[in-house]
Amino acid sequence: MTDSSSSTPESWRDWLLTAEPHSRHQARLGRAYVTWRRFSENRLAVTGLVIILALVLIAIFADLLAPHSATVGNLAGARLLPPGSSGFLLGSDDQGRDILSRLIVGSRITLAVVALVAIIAAPVGLLIGTVAGFAGGYVDAVLMRITDIFLAFPKLILALAFVAALGPGIENAVIAIALTSWPPYARLARAETLGVRNSDYIAAVRLMGASPTRIVVRHIMPMCLSSLIVRVTLDMAGIILTAAGLGFLGLGAQPPMPEWGTMIASGRRFILDQWWVATMPGLAILVVSLGFNLLGDGLRDALDPREAGR
Amino acid sequence: MTIHIENLSVTFDGFRALKSVSIAVDKGESFGLVGESGSGKSTLLRAIAGLAPVSGGTIEVNGEALSGTRRSRAFRRAVQMVFQDPYASLHPRQTVDRQLLEPLAIHGIGDGERRILKALDEVGLGSSFRFRYPHQLSGGQRQRVAIARALIVEPEILLLDEPTSALDASVQAEVLNLLEEVRSRHGLTYIMVSHDLGVVTHMCSRLAVMRNGEVVEMLSAADLAGSRVVSDYTRRLMVASKGFSREAVPG
Amino acid sequence: MKPLLTVNKLSVTYPTRTGVIEAVRGISFELGRERLGIVGESGSGKSQTGRAIMGLTPPPGIVRADALSFSGVDLLKAGPATWRDMRGSRMAMILQDPKFSLNPVMTIGRQITETLRHHENVSKREARRRALEMLEAVQITDPERVFDLYPYEVSGGMGQRAMIAMMLVCGPELLIADEPTSALDVTVQLEVLGILDRLVRDNGMGLIFISHDLRLVSSFCDRVLVMYAGRIVEELATADLSKATHPYTRGLLDCTPKIGESRHPLPVLERQKEWAA
Repeated sequence: MTDSSSSTPESWRDWLLTAEPHSRHQARLGRAYVTWRRFSENRLAVTGLVIILALVLIAIFADLLAPHSATVGNLAGARLLPPGSSGFLLGSDDQGRDILSRLIVGSRITLAVVALVAIIAAPVGLLIGTVAGFAGGYVDAVLMRITDIFLAFPKLILALAFVAALGPGIENAVIAIALTSWPPYARLARAETLGVRNSDYIAAVRLMGASPTRIVVRHIMPMCLSSLIVRVTLDMAGIILTAAGLGFLGLGAQPPMPEWGTMIASGRRFILDQWWVATMPGLAILVVSLGFNLLGDGLRDALDPREAGR
Repeated sequence: MTIHIENLSVTFDGFRALKSVSIAVDKGESFGLVGESGSGKSTLLRAIAGLAPVSGGTIEVNGEALSGTRRSRAFRRAVQMVFQDPYASLHPRQTVDRQLLEPLAIHGIGDGERRILKALDEVGLGSSFRFRYPHQLSGGQRQRVAIARALIVEPEILLLDEPTSALDASVQAEVLNLLEEVRSRHGLTYIMVSHDLGVVTHMCSRLAVMRNGEVVEMLSAADLAGSRVVSDYTRRLMVASKGFSREAVPG
Repeated sequence: MKPLLTVNKLSVTYPTRTGVIEAVRGISFELGRERLGIVGESGSGKSQTGRAIMGLTPPPGIVRADALSFSGVDLLKAGPATWRDMRGSRMAMILQDPKFSLNPVMTIGRQITETLRHHENVSKREARRRALEMLEAVQITDPERVFDLYPYEVSGGMGQRAMIAMMLVCGPELLIADEPTSALDVTVQLEVLGILDRLVRDNGMGLIFISHDLRLVSSFCDRVLVMYAGRIVEELATADLSKATHPYTRGLLDCTPKIGESRHPLPVLERQKEWAA
């Protein structure tokens, strides 16, 4: 019997890893715990997770952490100060704004862009892919040709076109990036669905009289989730870079928003003498992209279906 | 519920898997389909279930003609199937409990808690198995769950596609005993596919020997046991099932 | 007569995240130029034994033994070069499903000649001739045609015969067959076993036949080892099978339904803890 009064690590672990779970809740938590154990054995993956968690925390507490204002600068006395100057840990830009504060507040934008694109693009891709894969026939053909059309354009060019049509601004940049990000997820979901569609357990549910909607939503989509999560995480680095690229071209976030890509664009002029203005945001993008990549790789190993639940 | 199949043909992309097959199964009977790979025995089962494209002939279950792959709600409750590979017939990401709940949810049958526990009990699995995932079960246990899943909607006909071929010999004996017990308790009709003559003669009263999409011979298990067989192919199958002997090797 | 293969206290263990799995726990036996069957259910360690003898235990498996020697060669101390030399030419292994054990992107003929040319210094023409000879020996009626076919283009039975041809073309002294007929239809099984029977007899090879089917093994081999939970629980000549003493062996013999018998319900194996001790 499980000892619910004690909360020592021993009994929690036993409760989670027990071979005879007593409730759905316990079974699910136990399975998640096993996956977590597999994930946490990979040091690089944990590093990635730490970086992303740090990003999230910094974004949440940005107002408390930023030493100076991110938008209002000291034009008179603090222009283009090098890193290490008193009060300006990473230096200041041409408008006297503290780069560190701008980076901290800008993390919110980065996180928002990544989250919104993932929330929009992933479910759309999942839905289109599973429906196409399960239905087959002309539904599959039509949906996949639409997907192909979107896939045929280079991401950045297509995003540029959307933003040019919709007008510059961070919201439109998010929509544009999301519109170009869903096709690979549709492809992925479709591939998984095709692999799963003819298996006996789907035939069994079909024989019970389940409607196609029920089969797709309750039985096929859960099988696609792991690959999708891994793919989305790995794509986040690319999304940040695309947003930064749009910002760099002046079509994403507009000044004075401290979006990291826009910061690099405006710092370009001073790259030779005041390298820090462009480099610091560049390093921030590098670290966060690396974090997402490491996290995604770690998730892929941990969620590997071959080792499912071992 | 009786099953009448007349001149059934099934073609997959030009390949004729079943060529004008006719069999009849009475209510409460246990009927065997024996054959090697490519004989069409599994295809016949799937055609009854509505999982194979019918290109000719008729299937009648209890007087009601079935067309193509569409089946009525009532049919979906009355006819259930148990598959061969225990490692593929359960959803890998769902607990046993969830998988037993699914048919009840689809048919709107209430009282799920009691029925799940009863189903698990009937197949010899205790309630401790209820919240396990398939990878935490052995092959025999998975097959029991598959049987429980088929029984939970209280069907009348069970289609069994080589239910024990993938199991160890000792586990096979247990599962066969379970299937027999279940059949006698609920008065079910079985159509069982197997390549193993020993299993088929043990479980079934009548059987059809199939080869290359056709029925070669239909006979009772007693006749087979007594070697009162007509076809040479059936005789060859009987010899091969006895194991190896130098005299038995052809050529 | 000196035995062909000596196995003394062989054990195969796999360290995992949750503990050590002991697949094979200290088994010992000898093999002469005879047919030995190893029978067991899944998890008994029979396949692991075969692989350990061939040096094919996948990492992180660890093979330990007091002695493991084949025809004078100490297998425990053999390095990769020794193994490459021996596998295929002196000791060979046939696996269960030719779909998975034949290279799908190489023609059957090429796979056989490649094995031959790796071990013996023969010209391409000579290798082709020997390969065709071998295909004929496994009763493939149209060897020239089959030579150029890919594994997916032939039936299961023919694929298995091609695999046998590939493994026996260099004339090994020891053959380990791991469930060689389990994936085949019954009538084809008989044909393939007949081929194996003839080849083993004609070449005087030692054969280890691993299977879960006690009846099949007993009809094909001279001696049988019954394995359970990594140990050998019984060893006897197949002629004496009906006099088996260990309850597991008796249980295995009893629990399979046979034509003509009417035992309802079938006797079920009651596993005892002591068997796994």
